Amino acid sequence: MSAANKIEAGSAAHSLSRYLRATGMPLLFLASILATLAIHRDFGAFDVQSLALGALPLAMASTAQAIVVISGGIDLSVGSMIAVANVLSASLMQHASFRQSLGLAVLIILVGAMQGAINGTLIVLSRIPDIVVTLTTGFIWGGVALLILERPGGGAPSDFLEIGAGADLSSVLPNALLLLIGAVGVIWVPIRSSRLGLSLYATGSDPVAAFRSGVDPRLARILAYGLGGVFCGIGGVALTMTTGIGAPLAGAYYTLSSVAAVVIGGVSLNGGRGGVLGPVLAALLLTLLPMDLIFLNIDPNYGQVIQGTLIVLVVMIGGFAAFLQGRS
Amino acid sequence: MQNGRPVSADEDLLLRVTGVAKRFGSVIALRAAGLELRAGEIHALMGANGAGKSTLVKVITGEFPADAGELAVAGAVSAFRSPAEARRAGIVSVYQDPALVPDLTIAQNMRLARVPLEAVRAAMRDLGIERLDLTRRAREIDYPHLRLIDLSRALASKPRILILDEITAALPADLSERVFAVVRDWRRRGHSVIFISHRMAEVAALADRATILRDGVTVGVTSTRDAEEKIVDMMLGSEVAKAAAEAPPRAAAGIIRGAAPALEVRNVGFGHTLSGVSFRLGFGEILGVAALEGQGQQELFDCIAGVRRAASGEILANGRTLELRHPADAIRAGLVLVPANRLHALLPQRSIRENVALSSFATFRAWGPITMRAERKRVENAVERLSIDRRASAEVRRLSGGNQQKVVIARWLASGFRTLLCFDPTRGIDIGTKRQIYALLREIAAQGASVLLFTSELPEIRLACDRAIVLFAGRITAEMPAAEADEAHLLRAAHGLTAAERAEVPA
Repeated sequence: MSAANKIEAGSAAHSLSRYLRATGMPLLFLASILATLAIHRDFGAFDVQSLALGALPLAMASTAQAIVVISGGIDLSVGSMIAVANVLSASLMQHASFRQSLGLAVLIILVGAMQGAINGTLIVLSRIPDIVVTLTTGFIWGGVALLILERPGGGAPSDFLEIGAGADLSSVLPNALLLLIGAVGVIWVPIRSSRLGLSLYATGSDPVAAFRSGVDPRLARILAYGLGGVFCGIGGVALTMTTGIGAPLAGAYYTLSSVAAVVIGGVSLNGGRGGVLGPVLAALLLTLLPMDLIFLNIDPNYGQVIQGTLIVLVVMIGGFAAFLQGRS
Repeated sequence: MQNGRPVSADEDLLLRVTGVAKRFGSVIALRAAGLELRAGEIHALMGANGAGKSTLVKVITGEFPADAGELAVAGAVSAFRSPAEARRAGIVSVYQDPALVPDLTIAQNMRLARVPLEAVRAAMRDLGIERLDLTRRAREIDYPHLRLIDLSRALASKPRILILDEITAALPADLSERVFAVVRDWRRRGHSVIFISHRMAEVAALADRATILRDGVTVGVTSTRDAEEKIVDMMLGSEVAKAAAEAPPRAAAGIIRGAAPALEVRNVGFGHTLSGVSFRLGFGEILGVAALEGQGQQELFDCIAGVRRAASGEILANGRTLELRHPADAIRAGLVLVPANRLHALLPQRSIRENVALSSFATFRAWGPITMRAERKRVENAVERLSIDRRASAEVRRLSGGNQQKVVIARWLASGFRTLLCFDPTRGIDIGTKRQIYALLREIAAQGASVLLFTSELPEIRLACDRAIVLFAGRITAEMPAAEADEAHLLRAAHGLTAAERAEVPA
């Protein structure tokens, strides 16, 4: 019985650290909002709108990356898939009507799903490490994006752009924010609480144990990459909405930034641990930070240095929390 | 369905496995393994380490396909492609490494495996672990309890055939008893159990029949009644059995007295798990440490090996007080650790040679080029001396547990030491290899080194040690010469019954 007592006694410390892990990112985000308000006193609806607009594609990329990392992989083709969806939408929607554009958006998101599924299938069948496969397919999708649209251009009907860039869907929140909450809420939240979601976490945590529990880890990995592709597709279309054009090279930024958001957002790169909320807030934070630096009149070149330093600090604080948990 | 063959005449046969072969790269795990399981029996599957027991279980449950052979459940030829398929056919295994996903809570794990939580709770009640919080992550729960939860999950899916792979290997005695009760109850309900264990006493008490594997071949089936010698003979093959039986003549105490002890521990304390632990270990002596699960033995070994820092007290080697901040400090002082989990000590993906040579070249001074010839010679000597199986010498993770443990010991033999700290070195290791390891420890002691040995199997203290101390709740509650260290005696002390109290407790 003494062993059972020990288990129960340990749980207080554990639940505290679990609580910190779950709330760390929201707290940090809140702090940065307060800091922004202090720096920039008339931070208002317009600034919230531009923050949401700027962060929307990265938030989608981070969600995609988070799902893949949770299930035990990593996707270095996120940026290229966003670029493909971006140039596809900008070139196809240029002369389309609003209704046609909506249909095209759905189609382009399905293309994203397919790209992701191809990544997953290649990884599962070839047994080549994720990082190698997605690095390679990243080059391929990047080339495809350039083939579709050689230089920045294209466009979409203005009422379609308004879905993302406007502020008319609700009186409180800008459309971009609603779109973000909607996409994550409608797609990821139901999956997360289903057996499929458990399978993704299980596969990332311990594929052998998952297999023995009745999960097919190979299928789970393909689905995770496919789901990631869906969010990349949404991210690419959102990029068109927020910028109004297609830019074949704009995607590159999102690959490494999504990895950064996932790390800051508390997802373990070893898989199995973390959620999507953390990375989404981290994406907002990574967008807010350069805005603040501009308000502070700091040379944008320092911005990168400060951003990098912040990432290291946040990850170190996470590591320190884990260290404290290990000692208790 | 019957593959053109006549169904066995034995109507009771629930599972019939014949001619199973399985190879992993160059290692042949199974050649011709077979097993016949009747309905309503507990059937032991026995064999030395590396004989292929776990591989056979994994083939039966569909974890990987066999290269050859046939499996028939109740007369119908089947082949499962995954453990989930086997479970649907009523075959569930509790594997040696728990099949619970570490980052999911226990409740989520059950949902993942589609097992009703109520049935799991009922099984946990039978095993006496119903107080465990189901919202805890599997990662946060210790190994013995994880295995019991895994067992509860297996029972909850009501299997016709329950397979238990070394379920008792890490369980304290009280929990083992509960497992036995549950297993017997399972048989009473007409189901069958395949029981893998190295503990002969358990097998004799629990199982009806036993199938014995040697080198991937089924070499015999016997009733377990009074068959201990027969089983050991079959497991080892006649030659090895003879050698093993002759092996451990207890070295008549070659203990060197008078001089400073090889290791002296004075009043060592650590958190609330250890307090005031003191003992001496002479050169040429093997001191046994006996304790139930979690009485501070892990912390004691960690403190001596420099893995953790003792909060109070002193540790002396050869009369000199040590400042142990890092395992390297302990190694320099000649204190080397052989942990229970050999993978904590090995580089699993590297070769036997590199693993053995590692510690000899780990110091900064030796960071120059490695003299390959000298290295090869030292390693060859150590490998030879321990008769390590070299079939998979390129990657130690492919060796069996017993051979991995030998590689750890070989490493320290190659680099030299004064005191060997063995923490449950024979956990989950077969009798033959166990005897070899104990003979080796005696030999090491006879040459003047000392050994501190914790073992979770109390009868072994008497076989291997000169003297024994017993830990209970972080304190030493008894010290006795090996001759007095029989199981009953040790067990009482391990439950905290001191000499004074013992007088009042009838034997």
